[in-house]
This record gives sequence, C-alpha cells and structure tokens, in this order.
Amino acid sequence: MNYDTTLRPNRRQALSLGAAGIGAMVLGTSIVPAYAKNDAEELIKKFTGGKPATEGKVNLDLPEIAENGNTVPIGISVESPMTEQSHVTDLLVVADGNPRGGVAKFHFSPASGVADVSTRIRLAATQNVTAVAKMNDGTFYTTSKQVKVTIGGCGG
Amino acid sequence: MITRRELVQIGAAACAIVAGSGLGPFGRVIAQQRIDEAELLRFEPLGNVTLLHVADIHAQLVPLYYREPPLNLGVGEFRGVLPHVSSKEFMARFGIRPGSPAAYALTSEDFEGLAKVYGRLGGLDRLATVVKAVRAERGADKVLFLDGGDTWQGSFVSNRTKGQDVVDCFKLLKPDAMTGHWEFTYGETRVLELIKALGSPFLALNVRDKEWQEPVFDAYKLFEKGGVKVAVLGQAYPYTPIANPSWMFPKWSFGIREEDVRANVTKARGQGAQLVVLLSHNGFDVDRKLASRVPGIDVILTSHTHDALPEVVKVGKTILVASGSHGKFVSRLDLEVRGGEVHGFRYKLIPLFSDAIRPDPEMRAAVAQSRAPFAAELAREVGRTESLLYRRDNFSGTFDDVICAALLEERDAEIVLSPGTRWGASVLPHSPITVEDIHNMTAITYPQVYRTTMTGERLNEILEDVADNAFNPDPYYQQGGDMVRSGGLGFTVDVGKPIGNRISDMTLLKSGNSIEPKKEYVVAGWASVNEGVEGPPVWEVVEKYVARKKVIRVAPNTAVKVVGA
Amino acid sequence: MADVKPRIKLDKKEAKKGEIVEVKALVSHIMETGQRKDSKGEVIPRKILNKFACTVNGKEVFSADFEPAISANPYIQFKFKAAESGPVVLTWTDDDGSKIVGEEKITVT
Repeated sequence: MNYDTTLRPNRRQALSLGAAGIGAMVLGTSIVPAYAKNDAEELIKKFTGGKPATEGKVNLDLPEIAENGNTVPIGISVESPMTEQSHVTDLLVVADGNPRGGVAKFHFSPASGVADVSTRIRLAATQNVTAVAKMNDGTFYTTSKQVKVTIGGCGG
Repeated sequence: MITRRELVQIGAAACAIVAGSGLGPFGRVIAQQRIDEAELLRFEPLGNVTLLHVADIHAQLVPLYYREPPLNLGVGEFRGVLPHVSSKEFMARFGIRPGSPAAYALTSEDFEGLAKVYGRLGGLDRLATVVKAVRAERGADKVLFLDGGDTWQGSFVSNRTKGQDVVDCFKLLKPDAMTGHWEFTYGETRVLELIKALGSPFLALNVRDKEWQEPVFDAYKLFEKGGVKVAVLGQAYPYTPIANPSWMFPKWSFGIREEDVRANVTKARGQGAQLVVLLSHNGFDVDRKLASRVPGIDVILTSHTHDALPEVVKVGKTILVASGSHGKFVSRLDLEVRGGEVHGFRYKLIPLFSDAIRPDPEMRAAVAQSRAPFAAELAREVGRTESLLYRRDNFSGTFDDVICAALLEERDAEIVLSPGTRWGASVLPHSPITVEDIHNMTAITYPQVYRTTMTGERLNEILEDVADNAFNPDPYYQQGGDMVRSGGLGFTVDVGKPIGNRISDMTLLKSGNSIEPKKEYVVAGWASVNEGVEGPPVWEVVEKYVARKKVIRVAPNTAVKVVGA
Repeated sequence: MADVKPRIKLDKKEAKKGEIVEVKALVSHIMETGQRKDSKGEVIPRKILNKFACTVNGKEVFSADFEPAISANPYIQFKFKAAESGPVVLTWTDDDGSKIVGEEKITVT
C-alpha cells in the first residue's frame, strides 16, 4: 500500500468515470511496500496513556469524498474556553488507512486563544481520520470521520 | 381538424400540479378541465414573498420532449421515499390519472402516446412568459427568480458558444441569483466572464480556492422582498471536481461543507434575515440530510438529481422544492413570513406546456438569434429512429445503448463505458435523429472517446466505485447520478450491498464468458476526467454510427440485472 | 533552505488586546515520505518539515509536529490571542536540521 500518492495517482486520477488514465499509469518509480501495520491505534494509546477518550468537543472538518488524495483539506477545532484553568494542550491526528497512522500533533496554550487549526493531508485510500484532544486536566476528547477516496462518477 | 394546441386546451384532466398547505391533497384540485395558459398560471397568492425556481435546464432553450425515469431507486432509509417513487406508484401517490397532462409531464407512463397528445414542454420563451406574468401579478418587489444551475451547458449551440447563447437569453429573465455545476466545465476564466455577462449574483458558499482555502464566490445575498429580509445562500454541486475534470478549474475546491452552510445561515440570520433560502445544487437526498442537520433554513430549492415533485417535502421546518429539469417546469412558492418565521406557504410546480403557454416575443427572438448561425446544422437529419430514445434511467437508457453500440463498433472495442448522466432530451419513435438530438444527448466539454485496455479487475473496481457513488446509503457520499452504462459487458448489481460487494456475474457479452480479473480487455469510453485524453468527440462517433445504420431500433437491454432494490 | 520564503497571511495587522488573530502560511517543500523508491530501486530518503512553531513577541502561541502524511508544500492555519505588539515569527524545521523562517508584525492596541 503506498502512502505518497504524488507518484501513484489515486484511483480517481487514473480512471475517472470508468475512463482510462493511460498516461497516469506509466510511472517512473515503484513503491516501497508497506512494511508495518498501520499504527493509528497504538499512537492514540500512547497519546492518551490508555485513558478513555470521550466522543465530542472535537470538530473535524473533512470532505466526505476527497477531491485529491494527495492534498485533502482538514480543519480541527476543539470546544474549550482556552483559559489558564481550562484549555486544550495537545491534539493528535491519525489516519487508519495510510501505511503509517501518524498525521500530525498540534500544541496549544491559553495564548492560542482558540484551539483551531487547518492543514492539508495525504490519504492513500478510503479511511477514517481521528482527532484526539488532550485537555489540561488530563481528560481526552475525540471524533472520527470517514473520507472516501473515489474514482468518480457523474451525476446530473 | 383539431390541432394539438386545441387538444391540450380542451384536453382531459388538468395538470393542475398544485399543492401546499391548506390546499389539500393533490387529487382534489384535479377538477379543472382545461390546461390553457391561464389555468397553468392560476395561483391564489399567499403571504409576502414569492420564489420562482428553475434548475437543470442544461442549455435547452427550446421546447423539448423529456421522459422522466421509469426507475429512480432510493437506498437505505430513502428506499421508496420521495423522490424515489416513479411511474404508477408516483401517480397513485399524487392522485394522477393515467393519460392526464400530469401523468405525461411527471412520469414515464405511456410517454410515447401522451407526447403526441400534449406535445413538448419547456422553452425559455415560455418560461419568460410565466416569470413576467408572476412578477406583474405579485409585483416584482415580492418575487425572487432563482436559478439552481446546470443552466449554461449541454447543447450543440452552448458548446459552440461556450455558454454565451444561454447567458444572452437568461439575462433577459434577470435572475436574482444562481449557482452552478456543469458551468464550471467551461473553465475558471470563462465562468467568471459569463457571470459578468449575466449580471446576476453567482452564489456558492462551498467553493474555495485551493491555495488559501478562501471563498471564491459570495456565500449569500440579502434581498428585501415584500418587506421581508430574505437571505439566498448558494451551494454549488459539491462533487464537481470529482464527477467532472478538476483540471478545468484547477484552483477551486468544492465539497458539501456542512459547517460552512451552518456558519452562513447563522451569519445571515445575524444580519437580520427573516427568511433563509438555500439555492442548492447538492441533489435531493443530500439536501434532505442537510435540512435535518442544519437548523434555520426555511426553504431549500433542490436540483442536480432532476426530480420533479408536485408537492414540497418537509424536513422539520424546512421546505424542500424539486423543480425538475430541462426547462419543463418552473416552481412557484408563495410564503407568508412574519417575525422571522414562515407561517404559511402555497406551492405549484408549473409545467410549461409549450402548446398552451404563449411564447414571450422578446425571448423568442433572442433564442432564435442565438440559434440562427447554426440552424442548418442543428436541423440536419442524420438518420431515423423507430424506438423512443432517452437517457434518464437508473441503469440503462435506449440512447445510452446507441452510444455504447456506436463506440463498440466505431472504435472496435470489446467493452464500452458510458457515463450515467441524467441529461439529454428524448427523441420520439418514428422520428428523424438530427444533429441537435445527438448533441442534446452528448454535448460535453470533454468529449474525447478514448480506447484503451483494462483488466477485469479494474473494470470491476470501476463498476463498484460508480455503484457506490450512486447507491451509498449515506447521501453525503452519493454523487447524485445514475449507474455507468456498459456496452459489451453484462453484470448483476445488488444495490443494497456495500462497496466491493455490489457487482457480480460480469460477462463479456460477445463470448458469453465470465470476465477474468487478470485478463486485459479493449475498452472504449467517453467523458474521462483526465487531462490530455485523445480521441474523436463522442458526437462524431455516434453520428457516424447513426448515419451508417440509417434506422435505429433499440432492443430491450437485459445486460444489467438489478437485485436488492 | 535559507532561500525558501514562506508566504504568511494575518487576517488583521492591528488587533485589540484579547482579540483572536488568524494566521495562514504556505511554504514550498517536497515533504518526501521516505517510502518511495526511485527508478533504480533505491529508497528515496525521507525529507520532511517535521516541526512548526509560531512565536509572538518571543512567546510561543502554537506549535506542531508533522508526519509524512502532511501534503507537499505544507499549508497551516491557526489562531492566537492578541496580547502584545511584536514580531510574529513562524519557523519550520527540516529533517536535516535546517530551518525556514518567516516573519510578520502584529500591533496590539
């Protein structure tokens, strides 16, 4: 399973609507086979120290269907007053369908004002993306969303 | 001798596609015995705001035949739920009599016979008559005329003029706002040029530039109508860069962006909007889900999935309107808005029977002028058909079969894949097939017919993928189209199964052998979203085929077996 | 790496104390995953920006650790609470230890 879809066009680019992506299939490089199982679950365990994470407080803004697996916009925000008394300290993002689970870790403080971050990520296939937030009181909150990576088909 | 126009006027039960709060069931109003212009326009006004809505005209400027689908499957919780009701079931649901104008306009039942009785529907000149009449009757200060998109693209002339013909005509209608989908396949520069030429706001809260993730278009516009502050939010087709070639608009990113819808509804309400209207190209099921999750939207004017419903569908407090396609209908929704809430509404899906509604002279001239340079080519007869030709259906259409046969033969392929788009005017049996007819079915801005080889595995993957786009039980993962059409290839599809398990029994029709996963097959197809695809335009291939066959007869398609529906 | 110039956008140049300021930044970088082979079958070594931090007037307001799943030419958007005027400094750290630095200014009133 390849991870960096910049060289392996995603299925949509290669095919489309039952079409031929002839050119796109000829590649100058080959892919290193995945040598390890996706470690998303382990990364979450390590992050939480095995503590349970409660569903909620974390908003994950991801497309339902990716336009391009090489660069999928993601926005994460966590509901928190972000005061000295109560704030988000860290935010872990993992993806369970890439060769490796890790995506990013973000670090906040009351100086951040709000826990709100966006970036763009690589998704090799249809998979779940999970965000886990660590609060300064040691509690954890989480949410997940599935992103479909598709060939594409045309509607009306 | 009785003319068809007279027949329509004196003809059987009325279309009277009227429904809404307080008007009672559909059946009760089918008491009218005429369908003339006055009857079609008859509407007891209500409240202080009138919305007029059209969508999915697909550049069809003149009246046409368009058969509604005999099958319109819903999956999961939407199985058998409006708009996933068709044919006799649809008629029973709305109390529509067989043979009535409503049966003809809204279903596929006895389409060929009724087409001869009731004639063509649509035409921008008829639409103009209705829009002008409603504005005059209500006062323009109460009326919003909104275009849901898929307006500028889909015909011979629109392709030749890159949408100029449609915009030149549409600007006479002075739409208050629009959104889009196929429009984007003219490319970023051309879209912006045409928006400027139209002179109306183009609203799309879900389009962002890829670099900075910032909005490309206005999310909404505030209007003052009937003393009510109305916010119209625009939502372009969320999957434009997936279903259509993203290289044609490389800087723009789309998506459903539910959070952005929510934020803009809140913002518009904060600016004093008392009525919030979402002008959407999401497709009906997506809009239904959106309505159930985002509070504060009073009306969603749906489009994309081409549903024509004679009644609104309500989701909580939200009213969903489905105005059909190809210019056959215009929706009128009168609303009584007080204190930031809708207190009552009345709705009518007005069918534009071209024999009953007078053409607006100004629009008629504009349409004629835009077609004039191409008139001879449009009317050129390529062949004839003995069968009804159409494309709209879940799994196959007779003209899809023609396209597939043409590509198989003209491109010497074993298998053909052809997109299941829902546009394309119907051609009646025992009629000529003109250049215009062929283009109505195939006009696309990326028409190249490719020829390549694919393994059986790859073919399976494609069918599975497209089936999931059509039949995923979660509407947010659907793309709102029909199943990809195949030529030379038979298969069974179980719509109720998950991705990877829907397709079975793939068979190469010419040999009757099962498709082998590792074997390579010669495949032809069109509408590839890839850049740099080479091949002749699809209409050229189809024209050659029709010309060579002279007379088209389409046998029933038994290559696709549907289960789990 | 010194020649790489990040592009930075602040949604406001002036802010009242306590107001939220949005920062967006783009930087050119291949973000090579270390999981691909070239045409000769050799593994292309990993080379990514693995750390990002933002300071305002010398105090850190936000930071991040990136994995190879971050897209090429990384884009980052985050926010901070306006506390005092001063330079807004964005720093990306490469696997090879080199840094890309960009700077804007915020005036807090």
